Amino acid sequence: MHHNAPAPTEEEIREIVAGFAALEGPLLPMLHALQDAYGHVPSAAIPVLADVLNLGRAEVHGVISFYHDFRDHPAGRHVLKICRAEACQSMGANALAEETLKKLGIGWHDTTPDGRVTVEPVYCLGLCACAPAAMLDDRLVGRLDDARMDRLLEEARP
Amino acid sequence: MKDFIIPAYPPGDDRDMGTPARTGAPVTLTVDGIDVTVPEGTSVMRAAAEAGIMVPKLCASDNMEAFGSCRLCLVEIDGRRGTPASCTTPVSEGMVVHTQSDKLRRMRRGVMELYISDHPLDCLTCAANGDCELQDMAGEVGLRDVRYKAPEGGRLDNHFTIREGAGTNARYVPKDESNPYFTYDPAKCIVCSRCVRACEEVQGTFALTIEGRGFDSRVKAGGPDDSFLTSDCVSCGACVQACPTATLQEKSVYELGTPERSVITTCAYCGVGCSFKAELNGDQLVRMVPYKHGKANRGHSCVKGRFAYGYASHKDRILKPMIRDSIDEPWREVEWDEALAFAAGRMLGIQKKYGRRSVGVITSSRCTNEETYLVQKLTRAVFMNNNTDTCARVCHSPTGYGLGKAFGTSAGTQDFDSVMHSDVVMIIGANPTDGHPVFASRLKKRLRAGAKLIVVDPRRVDIVRSAHVEAAHHLPLRPGTNVAVVTAMAHVIVTEGLMDEDFIRTRCDWDEFQQYAEFVSQPRHSPEATEMLTGVPAADLRAAARLFATGGNGSIYYGLGVTEHSQGSTTVMGIANLAMLTGNIGREGVGVNPLRGQNNVQGSCDMGSFPHELPGYRHVKLPDVREIYEKAWGVEIDPEPGLRIPNMLDAAVEGSFKGLYCQGEDILQSDPDTKHVAAGLAAMECVIVHDLFLNETANYAHVFLPGSSFLEKDGTFTNAERRINRVRKVMAPRNGYEDWEITQLLANAMLQEMGGAKWTYTHPAQIMDEIAATTPSFAGVSYELLEEVGSVQWPCNEAAPQGTPMMHIDGFASGKGRLMITEYVATDERSGPRYPLLLTTGRILAHYNVGAQTRRTDNVAWHPEDVLEIHPHDAEVRGVKQGDWVRLASRSGETTLRALLTDRVSPGVVYTTFHHPDTQANVVTTDFSDWATNCPEFKVTAVQVSPSNGPSEWQERYNEQAERSRRILPAAE
Repeated sequence: MHHNAPAPTEEEIREIVAGFAALEGPLLPMLHALQDAYGHVPSAAIPVLADVLNLGRAEVHGVISFYHDFRDHPAGRHVLKICRAEACQSMGANALAEETLKKLGIGWHDTTPDGRVTVEPVYCLGLCACAPAAMLDDRLVGRLDDARMDRLLEEARP
Repeated sequence: MKDFIIPAYPPGDDRDMGTPARTGAPVTLTVDGIDVTVPEGTSVMRAAAEAGIMVPKLCASDNMEAFGSCRLCLVEIDGRRGTPASCTTPVSEGMVVHTQSDKLRRMRRGVMELYISDHPLDCLTCAANGDCELQDMAGEVGLRDVRYKAPEGGRLDNHFTIREGAGTNARYVPKDESNPYFTYDPAKCIVCSRCVRACEEVQGTFALTIEGRGFDSRVKAGGPDDSFLTSDCVSCGACVQACPTATLQEKSVYELGTPERSVITTCAYCGVGCSFKAELNGDQLVRMVPYKHGKANRGHSCVKGRFAYGYASHKDRILKPMIRDSIDEPWREVEWDEALAFAAGRMLGIQKKYGRRSVGVITSSRCTNEETYLVQKLTRAVFMNNNTDTCARVCHSPTGYGLGKAFGTSAGTQDFDSVMHSDVVMIIGANPTDGHPVFASRLKKRLRAGAKLIVVDPRRVDIVRSAHVEAAHHLPLRPGTNVAVVTAMAHVIVTEGLMDEDFIRTRCDWDEFQQYAEFVSQPRHSPEATEMLTGVPAADLRAAARLFATGGNGSIYYGLGVTEHSQGSTTVMGIANLAMLTGNIGREGVGVNPLRGQNNVQGSCDMGSFPHELPGYRHVKLPDVREIYEKAWGVEIDPEPGLRIPNMLDAAVEGSFKGLYCQGEDILQSDPDTKHVAAGLAAMECVIVHDLFLNETANYAHVFLPGSSFLEKDGTFTNAERRINRVRKVMAPRNGYEDWEITQLLANAMLQEMGGAKWTYTHPAQIMDEIAATTPSFAGVSYELLEEVGSVQWPCNEAAPQGTPMMHIDGFASGKGRLMITEYVATDERSGPRYPLLLTTGRILAHYNVGAQTRRTDNVAWHPEDVLEIHPHDAEVRGVKQGDWVRLASRSGETTLRALLTDRVSPGVVYTTFHHPDTQANVVTTDFSDWATNCPEFKVTAVQVSPSNGPSEWQERYNEQAERSRRILPAAE
């Protein structure tokens, strides 16, 4: 969802989650569906989900806030996740990450002012043999160095 | 081998056993060399506690299930690997447990060290100093050093350091002070989840959660933008009680310090009758904490009992007696002697001039049994008539009548614990989450465990659907059609053959049943035939009736939505019919249970407050009953029943009733048709109001006797379960006397003039002895017994020396249960073109009755004014928008208030509360009443709603009169 798109309405939210109501443990699939639709889980969804599933608002918030992947506001057009787990650290991931953030002029979890890319830490992508690793949107990339990172950021230009 | 029975706690043993008690076969194990036998399923932690060994713990508490998160309660068990948590490990036969070893000590210290590394060390200035489990545990595990420190100049890895400017500690979250009674200080949170679990398991509101995860975890009320006040929190205090630190802490403790002594007493709000520990420093009340061995509340509370006690020290409270010659004069403060002589002289003068029966009393359902007993004794033994009535007239008098006819006793059949054995619960005309919140929490707990719920109510009250609770059926009937709905349910049960024939044959009169079955089977009582009338879809009603009849243990809980109707008594009998038809009487989990409104309304009825009944519901016409009292009191008792409240007022307007002693009751606000009540009071020559405040009735009074609060007296209250609970004096009466003493002083002032023998009670225990000596169902009750066992449920006599938790087990008091014909007769109050909507009234969690107490506390934060709930359709056609002022008019009168658009009410129905005198909702209600008992029809009034721009003329005139009437001249020096 774009930064200045209109806030989602209750009806829209209900429509998006309606199909999951019959599942066992429907809350997570509903949250994923909302994040897919809006790029984040809008706070307006909390009372709606609480009502649909007959939960307390606090419970819904507790679940959303437990998972770092659920966002409360939209990310940039691209999301770059840099692995900071032990294997990648031992292969220079910290320096790589620092350099990348410096180039973009942002900190962890921040989005570039042009809304192009959001950088997030991730703890193990399961790509330890190819450390240091990162993930741009849905694509895994291994054996990164500064040059390959530059090319990756170039890809994230549009 | 017989099941092991958990030993009873010695009185005052408040140890937290760590995990809940279990029932089951006995299991014997050894803890640190001590043999202990506990029921199967018990945790090792609890078994150790039973053996007198308290294993260190932080996240466990015996009112919630084990959680296993704090890792402090680790133990070693012979033959098992590792160090299991004692709270989550169940006992097994022959188990050998060690709670202390070098390894365990090291591990516990390590755990504590981590806790303390993220906890401020401001213990000496902390509000929980001396009352902090974290502090206790640090001591117990011998913590001497904390190695983990935030790195110098580095990132601050804690939640409590405030740092200004650059490098602000983003983890630090300031205190949430939004709740008027307690604060939430995230800096002190150890994330044990006790508050979250208390909110879920004990209270059932689900208002709290743990936000985030790992080191970021913190307790949070509601969603991301909520504070405690804006969240779903109902301020029951369960989280505050559960918190082991100062994270959730009463503001009163911040202000006054940790209490050093406590007195166990009974809450003076609703009919649940919760036991509390009043915790004090000297005579300064610091806080009220629910008492875990209270048999009505089992350690739980609601916002009223837990926090809303500030009215007792409110500046509006009147502490000196006052008199005046006429109601347009200002009040004059006088000494007690003068006030009592004035009152006695006036009452005697009236009786001389207008006759013995020209004066009467209204007893209070908020005062103790002993006080109520004395007030009715005053009218019977000093006024020498039976003109006594009580507020039950306007609430549960149909319960007394209906259940008396059906079962032979005028009270609920069960105790509150019984609900934990119900499979189907039917709630009719009651809103337990607001009116009886502590019972509602028990009920919700049972519903979450699988019991089914049927709600019969015109409004979609909270229990119909709230977090983790959903009614199987909600029958939103049109106000005034209770009898038709209840009879239609009986129709389904009888015509579909779902009744319990064995029960009916053995416990009821079979011939009478035949007649009854013939009556309810008539096609005109079918759900299909009555659907147009009741508005309840026939299929829903059939399904609900089938569920109730076939779903296992069926219990019925009902409230004023049943009784306050022109056919209130008929509905009560209809409910009794349903219970008897389905065999749901006489065991755990079933029964008919009125949810009584006021703390002692059961007691005030028991104590002979009605004009036709002496204590114990015995008719004044019976010479043998009169004889008991004639002997005890040395007077002759009038065999003629006296006047009911409405009759007193009618007689006052006619000129034959001239004097009234009204204790702890605000009839002007709580009784229907305010204008008529005002006219009645204004026509009297002596109105004595005995109350904490200058209430609305006092505007028409000539004598004001300042009352004492429940904290300032000894006595007993009887709750909705017939449970007699002790009220204990926590501090000296601020007005100088306990209420029973004041009634005695008034009686003696009159007896002095009359030359009669004076009353000489010196303690309420003596009054209870007199009650026990004269009333068979109280024969075994004494203060000694109450000290010993905590509380008893009447009947308490030779046959049941420890009281009677459940009634009608093998037979009814009256022999056979009576199935009564319940013909629906429409009320005369009908909607029509001029008044097309039906108004129904009720109350809200934060307030109690006329609000005289709760309006004088911070509970107004939740409910500052009465509002009118109206369906959006009805609002739209009238041009009413959310929050608009509207005029609410009936044939009796009109008032104005703000509109709240909601689909909780059906189209055609509007709803309001009666907590605020500015609104005076009862200006609108009519004087129609129950055919049998005169209980007013509060729940049905035909009204019209229209936009308005401010208070009505009546409200303005009323406020003017009230202001004039409340002027007080200081005592002459």
